[in-house]
Amino acid sequence: MDDTPRDRAPGDSREGPGQSELRAYLIGIGLAALLTATSFWVATTSVLWAPGVAVGLAVLAIAQMGVHLVFFLHVTTGPDNTNNVLAVAFGVLIVGLVVAGSLWIMAHLNANMMP
Amino acid sequence: MLGKLSWSVIPVDQPMVMIASGLMILAILAMMIGITVKGLWRYLWREWLTSVDHKRIGVMYCALAMVMLLRGVTDAIMMRAQQALAAGSAQGYLPPEHFDQLFSAHGTIMIFFVAMPFVVGLMNFVLPLQLGIRDVAFPTLNSVSFWLTASGALLVNLSLVIGNFARTGWLAYPPLAELRFSPDVGVDYYLWALQISGIGTLLGGINLMTTILKMRAPGMGYMRMPMFCWTALASNLLIVAAFPVLTATFAMLLLDRYLGFHFFTVDGGGNMMMYVNLIWVWGHPEVYILILPVFGVFSEVAATFSGKPLFGYRSMVGATMAICILSFIVWLHHFFTMGAGGDVNGFFGIMTMIIAVPTGVKVFNWMFTFYGGRLRLSVPILWTAGFMVTFVLGGATGVMLAIPPIDFIVHDTVFLVAHFHNVIIAGVIFGVFAGYTYWFPKAFGFTLDEGWGRAAFWCWLIGFYLAFMPLYWLGLAGMPRRLQHYQTVAWQPWLELAALGALIVVAGIACLLIQLMVSIRTRASRLDTTGDPWNGRTLEWASPSPPPAWNFSELPVVDGEDAFWRMKQMAREGHAGPAQAVAYRSIEMPKNSPTGIVTAFFAVLTGFALIWHIWWMAGLGLLGALVTMLAFAWRDMTESEIPGDVIAQYYQTHPSEPKG
Amino acid sequence: MTTIAAIAPGRHGLPPDKRIVVGYGFWTFLLSDMVMFSALFATYAVLTRATAGGPGGAQLFHLTPVAIETGCLLLSSFTCGLMTLAVNGGNRTGTWLGGAVTFALGAAFLAMEIREFAAMLTLGATPQRSAFLSGFFTLVGCHGTHVGIGLLWLAVMMAQVAGKGFRPSVQRRLLCFSLFWHALDIIWVALFSIVYLMGSIDG
Repeated sequence: MDDTPRDRAPGDSREGPGQSELRAYLIGIGLAALLTATSFWVATTSVLWAPGVAVGLAVLAIAQMGVHLVFFLHVTTGPDNTNNVLAVAFGVLIVGLVVAGSLWIMAHLNANMMP
Repeated sequence: MLGKLSWSVIPVDQPMVMIASGLMILAILAMMIGITVKGLWRYLWREWLTSVDHKRIGVMYCALAMVMLLRGVTDAIMMRAQQALAAGSAQGYLPPEHFDQLFSAHGTIMIFFVAMPFVVGLMNFVLPLQLGIRDVAFPTLNSVSFWLTASGALLVNLSLVIGNFARTGWLAYPPLAELRFSPDVGVDYYLWALQISGIGTLLGGINLMTTILKMRAPGMGYMRMPMFCWTALASNLLIVAAFPVLTATFAMLLLDRYLGFHFFTVDGGGNMMMYVNLIWVWGHPEVYILILPVFGVFSEVAATFSGKPLFGYRSMVGATMAICILSFIVWLHHFFTMGAGGDVNGFFGIMTMIIAVPTGVKVFNWMFTFYGGRLRLSVPILWTAGFMVTFVLGGATGVMLAIPPIDFIVHDTVFLVAHFHNVIIAGVIFGVFAGYTYWFPKAFGFTLDEGWGRAAFWCWLIGFYLAFMPLYWLGLAGMPRRLQHYQTVAWQPWLELAALGALIVVAGIACLLIQLMVSIRTRASRLDTTGDPWNGRTLEWASPSPPPAWNFSELPVVDGEDAFWRMKQMAREGHAGPAQAVAYRSIEMPKNSPTGIVTAFFAVLTGFALIWHIWWMAGLGLLGALVTMLAFAWRDMTESEIPGDVIAQYYQTHPSEPKG
Repeated sequence: MTTIAAIAPGRHGLPPDKRIVVGYGFWTFLLSDMVMFSALFATYAVLTRATAGGPGGAQLFHLTPVAIETGCLLLSSFTCGLMTLAVNGGNRTGTWLGGAVTFALGAAFLAMEIREFAAMLTLGATPQRSAFLSGFFTLVGCHGTHVGIGLLWLAVMMAQVAGKGFRPSVQRRLLCFSLFWHALDIIWVALFSIVYLMGSIDG
């Protein structure tokens, strides 16, 4: 029942220092650079369907945040990481509720009350 | 040089304020002289002010809350008296700008400096003991948290003497709270006091959340934690998730007021509704931050005094966590009438009704815990029973308010005032008093007087009903809240009744103070020598009363729910061998640190300087805080060792812990 | 004290590993910081069109400097990771080098951001001009303040490595610093996507 012995500090990787961790950082920076470059390209090019650009940027941003979490912060699905992942999930839920809820409410208030 | 500060900011023209602040200053002086005469400064500094012991800090939180309760209740009595008098042609004795400060200060103080510190204090004191560990995760940070809260309280009280407090209600809605409409320092006092104490609360929340998730005694899995730990976990999760929103919101209002930004102004494209939206994103979780831990207190009290395990432990855990999440999707119900359309109002109304379901589950669980138990009608159980009856009433009026069409009729009336006092007094306040009575012997080693405790309970219960039932009625009759004066003379008898109720509540507070004095005077006859005065079920009762600095000489090993109850059972059945002379190992304990109180000093300095626009002093304060932090980071020895023979000596005169 | 027991299992009956407790506590703090940023993001999003006749994002934002800033911060996140490897391996030179490069990249980021702000202010695009600009300066400025605090923290940690060596408390703080720095990069991803890129497309 006690889960303390199986825990891992957030940011620590499972393997411990060594080659595999270096590889994780290299993959991480590669993917992040690729996604960033794509984002900037999507925003500046004119070949894409304009209304889809914002959605595309949002998807790319979320993907890159995921890359950072996995390769830089070593967030995994392992049992030793449960608490860390749960904290992130809780944070994402709250951030989503605050942002989405505020935008929804404010759009309504603006539509109904603005002159 | 001194910004906006000058002799004219002291309100010499208001005799009432001058008398009140004079009395306050005299009381503080008398206390200081008393401490000096008895030569207690060194003791106070070493054992309390710089202590990082979670028990001491918990006690200081509760003491702060008690002191601020007196201030908040004084405000309440003054308002009730004014409303009882100022009908028709009578104007009462309070001018409008003073009355506005009173209701603003009353709300701010009661929520931030009475309810919060009391609840946080109980969690601080009890959690490590219940979890079977020696201290919280970050003991020095804990002291910093407490002192930042105390700094906020000090700033609020300073506003009584120097300058004035906000006149904008307890949440300071813009545009009224903007510089153009509130040019004096009142709102600045409000904002900086709450910003400083809010950061303290946030740090405390992080601390306790980490403690619960990472520091439990060996064998104490999540589903073996006492109920109070679960509710505290939910509450601290909410603190960590909600208080940053408060910090951001206040920061934006401060930028508006200090640097001319346009977040919530009427011009420049600002949108004041965003403030209302964000403040309630924090504000609704806040009420659950307050109520969840006391749900835990009631659970512990109900189980202990019924002599049987808590009914439906798992459903209770589920209900607690459900409330924790749901409390984040109901915030719009605080401003149904401010322009949202049918689907937004409908969604948040339904969510609000849904959140009543897990609360209902809890009430049934407490009832079934009573059922079939051998109920001891002691003071904590009186508070619990009073809560169960009264809180359900408040919950029912809450569900009424959750229905947007009803809310459109009674919003901004005293019906709302009656509702939230119904849930906060009958919920949070009754809960902290139950917890206070329940854990007092653990903290000080002797029980509280029963007779005065009963008297206090009945005064509070009767006083509450007399003070707030008339307000429900008046709200339905259309009386707006926050009236300094009203023309409808027909309301007056009801308001006189409410004032009488408030007086009875004051009698209840007097009973609590007398109870404390009587109990201290007769403590020799009410000593708790066993460490387990109530026949408790959880680990805090396994340690002597008051517990030693290290709480447990060996961390208890937990093998099920109600760990201490099982230990006692095992001992009765003779499974545990007779207590032998054990070899006590030495224990590493965190060393005392003045970091907290020094940080608080600089926080008050900075806050005060910013309120009065004394920029050099603000810079000095921030620099001081930075240096304090660096000094803390550079210190080498953070822990000291308590040798084994000191511990062995202690247990020769105190009951040793039963082994699991 | 040159290496750490990376994942010391909590021994029976003893308090859990301090590295896990401290790391988790700081993780929780970062969570709360994210929530604070979410409030600023929401406010910015609500106020984007409230330019009150002043300049909007499309007129003010130049994507080239933003791309360079992004590159700096991303690379510094990577070098911060390398520094963590050096710390965990007890490699003092590597730690110094990683720290120095991270600091330089972070400082470059901050300098460019300040230049960008200064240019806007001289154009009359001050935070007092409109609600949109209030939201912009507060959101981006809050991230910049975090980076500044991070730089200060990194400098203090380098001093501690020099003065105290790799003792466990210093290692724990370096772990927390790396968490902080990576989190700032994640916030920057949201920032450049939502504020700069999306802001420059709706003209």
